[in-house]
Amino acid sequence: MTSFRIKNYGKVNRKKAISFKWENKKYYGYEGDSLASALLANNIKIVGRSFKYHRPRGIMSCGVEESGGLVTIGSYDKRDPNVRATTQELYQGLTAYGQNAFPNVNFDLGEINNYLSRFFAAGFYYKTFMGIPPFEWGTGTSIWMVFEKFIRKAAGMGKLSTLPDPDNYEHAHDFCDVLIVGSGPAGIAAAKEAADKKLDVILVEQDSLLGGDQLGDRVFNVDEVYSELKNLNIRILSKTTAFGLYDNCVMGLLEKVTDHKAEVNDSLPRQRFWTIRAKHIIIGSGSLERHIAFNNNDVPGVMTVNASKHYLNRYGVLTGKNIVISTNNDSAYKTAESLYNAGAKVTVLDVRQDISLPPIFKDKIPVRFQTVPYNINGSRKIKSIDLATITDSSYKKIDTIICDQVLLSGGWSPVVHLLSHRGSSPTWNIDNLCFLPGNTKENISIIGAARGIWNREECIKSGIAGALDAMNKMGLTKTNYFFPKEGGWKNPIHPLYEVKHKKLISKSFVDYQHDVTTDDIRLAHREGFESVEHLKRYTTLGMANDQGKMGNIIAISLMADLLDKKISEVGTTVFRPPYTPIAIGALAGRHVGKHFRPLRVTPMHQWNLDNGAVMIEAGLYQRPWYFPKKNETLTDSYIREATIVRKSVGMCDVTSLGKISIQGIDSTEFINRIYANPFAKLPINKTRYGIMLRDDGIVMDDGTSWRLSENEYLMTTSTAQAGKVMSWLEELLQTRWTDLKVNVTSVSEQWAAVAISGPKSRDVIKSCVENSILIENLPFMGFVSTKLIDGIPCRIVRISFSGELGYEIYIESDYANTMMNLLWREVKKFNGCLYGLEALGALRVEKGHVTGAELDGRVTIEDAGLGKMASSKKSYVGSAMRKRGVLNSLEREQLVGFFPINKKHTFGAGTIVCEKNSIKGFGVGRITSVTHSPELGHWIGIGFVKGGKERWKNITLIGSDPVRNKQMELKVVSPHMIDPEGKRMHV
Amino acid sequence: MIRIKCPYCGERDHSEFTYGGDASIRYPALDASREDWTQAIFFRENIRGFQKETWHHLNGCRMWLEIERSTVTHEIKSVKPCHPDLQKIMDSKK
Repeated sequence: MTSFRIKNYGKVNRKKAISFKWENKKYYGYEGDSLASALLANNIKIVGRSFKYHRPRGIMSCGVEESGGLVTIGSYDKRDPNVRATTQELYQGLTAYGQNAFPNVNFDLGEINNYLSRFFAAGFYYKTFMGIPPFEWGTGTSIWMVFEKFIRKAAGMGKLSTLPDPDNYEHAHDFCDVLIVGSGPAGIAAAKEAADKKLDVILVEQDSLLGGDQLGDRVFNVDEVYSELKNLNIRILSKTTAFGLYDNCVMGLLEKVTDHKAEVNDSLPRQRFWTIRAKHIIIGSGSLERHIAFNNNDVPGVMTVNASKHYLNRYGVLTGKNIVISTNNDSAYKTAESLYNAGAKVTVLDVRQDISLPPIFKDKIPVRFQTVPYNINGSRKIKSIDLATITDSSYKKIDTIICDQVLLSGGWSPVVHLLSHRGSSPTWNIDNLCFLPGNTKENISIIGAARGIWNREECIKSGIAGALDAMNKMGLTKTNYFFPKEGGWKNPIHPLYEVKHKKLISKSFVDYQHDVTTDDIRLAHREGFESVEHLKRYTTLGMANDQGKMGNIIAISLMADLLDKKISEVGTTVFRPPYTPIAIGALAGRHVGKHFRPLRVTPMHQWNLDNGAVMIEAGLYQRPWYFPKKNETLTDSYIREATIVRKSVGMCDVTSLGKISIQGIDSTEFINRIYANPFAKLPINKTRYGIMLRDDGIVMDDGTSWRLSENEYLMTTSTAQAGKVMSWLEELLQTRWTDLKVNVTSVSEQWAAVAISGPKSRDVIKSCVENSILIENLPFMGFVSTKLIDGIPCRIVRISFSGELGYEIYIESDYANTMMNLLWREVKKFNGCLYGLEALGALRVEKGHVTGAELDGRVTIEDAGLGKMASSKKSYVGSAMRKRGVLNSLEREQLVGFFPINKKHTFGAGTIVCEKNSIKGFGVGRITSVTHSPELGHWIGIGFVKGGKERWKNITLIGSDPVRNKQMELKVVSPHMIDPEGKRMHV
Repeated sequence: MIRIKCPYCGERDHSEFTYGGDASIRYPALDASREDWTQAIFFRENIRGFQKETWHHLNGCRMWLEIERSTVTHEIKSVKPCHPDLQKIMDSKK
């Protein structure tokens, strides 16, 4: 294909070519390629532009730490920005684009920022907020608003699709004995050992193939590993990243299910978000190679040493022909040899003194000791590299070498992220120049390179030790074992983080992704940011989507140098989940659209729909909102419904109320303690309205309780508070009043309920029951257990929320439709109607009845005008506190009604009530519920006002609604706007 | 994620439970003074380390539990039913 693909190298399937598009041009790769390897094979060196300075950037690594190859995949609603080309598997028809460039990555107008860089140094954003010196003009947010749109356009990464995410995501759960993260030599050894001891093992690998570092070996047979593990019944999750470790060995993982597929089976999710609960976690997450900071260290063609070995041996791509390797440790030499054998010209720069090396490094691969990279010449590609040697305390340029690639190895950083998520700080290891995982008491073992073990045989030993450690910590065995010591190189590593250039402003990058340079770190220090956490925020170091995987250590070493401290004293920033970025869609899973919340419907839901109901959400419930006739609007409909209820009769599904069965010999005592109203003497077959207070004296909820027998009650609660009240009753019985013999059971789902309201309601119900005399004689707030004419048992209570003569019928849920049909037949005979929540609201506002809109957790029983209902003869929950200090003030807002002065005016719930000359702030009150009153013929509302009705007699107040930009004049009236004596419901 | 060993249901995710409050508080009698109630409702220790707290197994057996949990590490030392009789019944069935 091209000369960059080397014969007899790599594990890609050369029999299967795959076409893909890069920046609208067609290219070919092979099955098994990553997008990065395919781009490199096609000699595409510039794949993006940098965050701030729009500098050309190329592929810099071969894994999740990638900082250069961030691309956008797909288009339209499938557009996925900031995808790491290094971890994106190539598939037929993949389309990818470079980012942060206009018109394209090869010619980008934004490159001008590179020359304006002195304005974009560390703290740029903060300084913009603070104003621009020397005159500090435009301080605060106004100048920010002006510049924001330009800055946002110029700086940044890929653009997100603003369309709804078309993909499906799924949540999955699993359990196991041991969860092993990473399938390198250590992870595989641990998995085998644990499975061999009959433990249930899940092995997780973020790559598409198992093997970890071994994938960069010339000879490595992945299939052998798979078959071996399968025989041991080890469950393998590849393409799965363990992104977060939580309490009790619970791991959050993200599996890429179809991200690598050209044609997607609709039944499969794009990604799967796993929650795995393990008894023990073994972390073999490996380590990442660091780069070195020196001038122009970001020119396309700069890469980590190990990455180039992987491109050669895994993908068969030789990334350069004339390669300079700069290292401070032994790991680079094996790669140097491989690259030489594959046909490249290789030169090694080693910062250390003369070390003993195999003969090949004398004869064929020149090694220059005590030599470091000083500067790269070239901007779009590498032309040559200047070398330096250290003299006294500064670097001195000694030579220039022509080359097309520079490979860097500044040491290795164990991936300590997962343990760090558990709050265990890593500790600096002076011998290996890296942070090693800290201690933990939890069931977690660290193995392999993640614990700083560099030698492969030792890694395998550490894997076995990890499995034994797991068995011991799980309490299964008491085996003696030991972990191999960290390290393992023949010659010690030598510190090399930055090669400081003589130039005043040097572009020597620490964090490639966020364009943070060594000079930015120095500037931050000069400006007083001395803590790593402050440094990070000020310079935005490590805050891009690689989270500082490569650059953090360099920054910390520079900071240590500036502060004249040791790295161990400076410490590192805290790693937090996720390890690699996760789509919000994956977190949401299937909880989107109509599945966002569970749906609750009443047993007559379909009946309501069949009879023309328009539904509204009330909590989780779907409730009938209104029942429009032809061409009726909501307003038309509810006014008609409410009018018919007052004139004749209407019926309404009220099933969503909470219903609790209370049984036991102490039931009466219990119920008398939880309500403020007296309940001790409630006769059997009578119902009472009751108000519950919280411990602190504020109203919790209201409802009714029916005395079914000596020791049994049925309690109803509001729809919204049903769950809370149930938990509250259980709490009282199980934690406080453990001597009471009472049992509470939720029966909300077991009973369907319908309200029949209006002057004709008695007639309707009489013709629906077997024994109409019972209904004729039923007193107000009385109930009967009886049968409908079809012989269906039911309970009928005479109760009124509308203010009219009214009943509620409760029936076993399965009979709901039968009941509705029966009642509706009779209701129609009186020209009655079905009514919904809107008419129900209108009727209750006219009567001044409170609901959740009024009882909002800030209101006392007195505020709600119900103080007289509270018993003065007993103690109950909240009785000690309901008249405490602030709750006793006459200045408190009290329930009132509101009329508009101009009868044509309307107002909305949420309107703030103010005095005429003081329309500001919280005013003197608020309107909580509003409606058009069919009976009064104008708009009305209820709400609260300071001092109550008497205080505002004959005073006109102003309703202010700044949100809807409205104002109107108001009059304060009694909340009981219709039939204040309650004559109608007592007929 | 905290995992809680419910004495009735076994070990479950904390998402099945709701947090109640400080389990060491002894609520005064209903007819106790306002001062006693003020103490019980508004004054709380801010404990660093193990504290006794109540949890409700809302989406499980609905038992109220007394749990000793470390506010630093989430480590749970003990879990038992709040209601003493429930504990006795469970012990007798073992």
